Amino acid sequence: MMDLHTKTLTELAAGLDSGEFSSVELTQAMLDRIAAHDEALNAMVTVTGENALAAAGKADADRAAGNIGALNGLPIIHKDIFCTRGVRTTCGSKMLDNFISPYDATIVERMANAGAVVLGKSNMDEFAMGSSNETSYFGPVRNPWDLERSPGGSSGGSAAAVAARFAPAATATDTGGSIRQPAALTGTLGIKPTYGRVSRYGMIAFASSLDQAGVITRSAEDAARLLGVMAGFDERDSTCIDEPVPNYVAELGDSIEGLKIGIVRQHFDEGLDADCGARVKDAIAAIESLGATAVEVDMPNIDYSVPTYYVVAPAECSSNLSRFDGVRFGHRAENAEDLFDLYCRSRGEGFGDEVKRRIMTGTYVLSAGYYDAYYLKAQQVRHLIADDFKKAFEEVDVIAGPTAPSPAFKLGDKVDDPITMYLNDIYTIGANLGGFPAVSVPCGFVNDLPVGLHLVGHHFDESALLRCAHAYQQATDWHRACPEDFA
Amino acid sequence: MTWEVVIGLEIHTQLATKSKIFSAASTAYGAEPNTQACLVDLGYPGVLPVLNAEVVHMAAMFGLAVNATVAERSVFARKNYFYPDLPKGYQISQYELPIVEHGELFIADANGDDKRIGITRAHLEEDAGKSIHEGLDKSSGIDLNRAGTPLLEIVSEPDIRSAKEAVAYMRKIHTIVRYLGISDGNMQEGSFRCDANVSVRPKGQEEFGTRAEIKNLNSFRFIEKAINFEVERQIDLIEEGGEVVQETRLYDSDKDETRSMRSKEEANDYRYFPDPDLLPVEITSEYIETVRGQLPELPDAKQQRFVSDYDLKKDDAAILTSSRPAADYFEAAVAATEAKPQLVANWVVGDLSGALNKDGLDIGASKISAEDLAGLLTRIQDNTISGKIAKQVFEAMWDGEGSADEIIEAKGLKQITDTSAIEAVVDKVIEANPGQVAEYKAGKDKLIGFFVGQVMKETKGQANPGQVNQILKAKLSG
Repeated sequence: MMDLHTKTLTELAAGLDSGEFSSVELTQAMLDRIAAHDEALNAMVTVTGENALAAAGKADADRAAGNIGALNGLPIIHKDIFCTRGVRTTCGSKMLDNFISPYDATIVERMANAGAVVLGKSNMDEFAMGSSNETSYFGPVRNPWDLERSPGGSSGGSAAAVAARFAPAATATDTGGSIRQPAALTGTLGIKPTYGRVSRYGMIAFASSLDQAGVITRSAEDAARLLGVMAGFDERDSTCIDEPVPNYVAELGDSIEGLKIGIVRQHFDEGLDADCGARVKDAIAAIESLGATAVEVDMPNIDYSVPTYYVVAPAECSSNLSRFDGVRFGHRAENAEDLFDLYCRSRGEGFGDEVKRRIMTGTYVLSAGYYDAYYLKAQQVRHLIADDFKKAFEEVDVIAGPTAPSPAFKLGDKVDDPITMYLNDIYTIGANLGGFPAVSVPCGFVNDLPVGLHLVGHHFDESALLRCAHAYQQATDWHRACPEDFA
Repeated sequence: MTWEVVIGLEIHTQLATKSKIFSAASTAYGAEPNTQACLVDLGYPGVLPVLNAEVVHMAAMFGLAVNATVAERSVFARKNYFYPDLPKGYQISQYELPIVEHGELFIADANGDDKRIGITRAHLEEDAGKSIHEGLDKSSGIDLNRAGTPLLEIVSEPDIRSAKEAVAYMRKIHTIVRYLGISDGNMQEGSFRCDANVSVRPKGQEEFGTRAEIKNLNSFRFIEKAINFEVERQIDLIEEGGEVVQETRLYDSDKDETRSMRSKEEANDYRYFPDPDLLPVEITSEYIETVRGQLPELPDAKQQRFVSDYDLKKDDAAILTSSRPAADYFEAAVAATEAKPQLVANWVVGDLSGALNKDGLDIGASKISAEDLAGLLTRIQDNTISGKIAKQVFEAMWDGEGSADEIIEAKGLKQITDTSAIEAVVDKVIEANPGQVAEYKAGKDKLIGFFVGQVMKETKGQANPGQVNQILKAKLSG
């Protein structure tokens, strides 16, 4: 029964299939790990041990009855942005510290129906706004590779939990890089699917036109397996697209012979740590050696990604977060004098600094007299950036580059400098602006800290990304590396 | 100085869908507070709106009915403001690209001539909930049953020139939406209400005066009174050297006055932007043509047809076509009797309407069916009873005593047309009133009325009045 935590989701599924262990045994082992190690990491906001063991018992019974769902008995962790019925759903905020969701998000429901066992809810930047997990009301998450460092954000808890082997997989969300950047900084694999590929119903909104749910795992194979369950049309989300879901696992094995990789010059400019750049170039060379070819692609507007994003995302968030007013749910200020006081103090007390900063920015850019100059202009630039990608995808299958400009940085280093913090997402934001799928794959180390290779694909071509990542993982073992303290 | 009044109306009409515009919750009126609000209506974290296709169909019907352009692409936007009965902190509405634009309709002006009122636009939006202050000690309650109810906001051009025209316009819209079946138009329940933008300017001046917006008028009577009050207030103000300020005002029906609610400076910046949770609404020209093909006959067309086909007076045709059930009732009655359509119209507009009003009933709930009324009118037409007796029969019918024929039979109300029978009564009357006979013969012609009255009294009103007159005159002059 030892070392269950070292196994991937696919390996655990095989173990359950062969009867080597039960889901209850597996679940208990993972819960024990969380109990032993999370004090050091703070990756979890809520651990749902009782629920998990009950779900595991049911999964074992289902299996015995021949009713074996795609994720039967497999332990996962949900980012605390997904609504889970009867379980606290905080979104990393004091505002929702007391919020018990009365319903399940679509992906939570789909994964539960497939037999998954939820161990708990992972820590995150408040309302997914942050790149270091330091904006969480529940305190920063620590990077398993160096406890002094950030695991990235906003899905820092999910990434750290998977890196520390609390679970083989965790759900996550990505608005500007919130799946991929923490994956890169923790040596895990994170995939953000095409916008509209996975339902947003029940995922607490940050910026609706950019938010997309995905998953953090260690192997591409595991990601393929999970994405197959999560993806697909949902009539409760108008922006979810009714496209058939391919069999991602079956398509993993397809050859990457002849795959064309695009390289964007700006992605290797001075902003990138030289050692990180070297690892990424090595990875691209390795993929070329597997039969792919790399060519340079021109993306003239890509430099505008960050400023564009920091107009569009705050604008949407300023409106999305208006519902947190202390009236119906969440934090309510005590002894309010009147309605205005109730609003001001509930929101003033419930939201942290970064959330307030973005609400104010967003309110400003949507204001009468500024709308055209900021919001409208940003939407126009957004189209230009998307067009750059579309044009590139006429020539290449995937675009490769670094996920983040540097390896994990120290906690506290950037927290007082929002602009530097925002630049952490410089390579990942473009995919969100254009709605393209993207993945970060572990591709080596710099000073014992993981580095991620970033691959962006065309709309609904998650398969190309997973195939490329899988081929690379078959040839390398970066994704098997485990932080020493969590071996 | 002569002043000209300029009015534009924004009418909010609740669309008669079963479920809400963006959720599956019921729209039925009058349920216990917060029992018809689902998680989407409550604006819970993570929930998303999904457009009810029925509202698009209804908006398209309205657009076509007022000769407007129905947009093949329209966009929902968020109107951001904080209020406790607005759960999400924004209302989903249409802003830059509404579903209906450039419509028109015609009302009768003061001279009875057609006057065109332009319809700038009509857009879809969700209603807010309600705040409740009564019966709650030092706190306010919120009922979100109404939150998310679909509304069509219909905005007129500033083409209206009097309170009377405003009412006529609003009645016309009211008639149209009910003809189309897209709203129940119930004003007490708030399904049909309006905001009025009112300004005045010296007659002949081109530019508009500063306007005040009167909010939430929910009866035709209040609209007229509120506008008239507001017009007078503005004129008085200007004539006294003051200035009208742009502001929102409320009409207090108890005091019959409008008062300031908030000024332009206090107005919200709503920060409209396209709702990223909803895709643009895209409909095809084929869809629009299909809707056009399904439109019912509209009030104007029906009114013209009633005048030309039934030879009705224009006023009666207008009244009868002001609601579809009334027009249907009229046509069903006409079809079931030989009586002239104008006679049918007189009865529907007159006695039937009176009886319905008295009992507070809609024509659909009339105690006398169209066919039964036709049965009564047939008996007038064939001289079985007089118009006067018919009123008596009508009342008995209304009281549920049976059909016209049953009542005429049971009460022996059949008209006396037998000349010898009438002559016998006439003789009796002449004999009994020698004084009056002498006066008549001496030239007091007016007394004929007295003799007719006496004969009718004797025959319990059943004698044919024409024959009575004829026989009386013959005998008295003999």
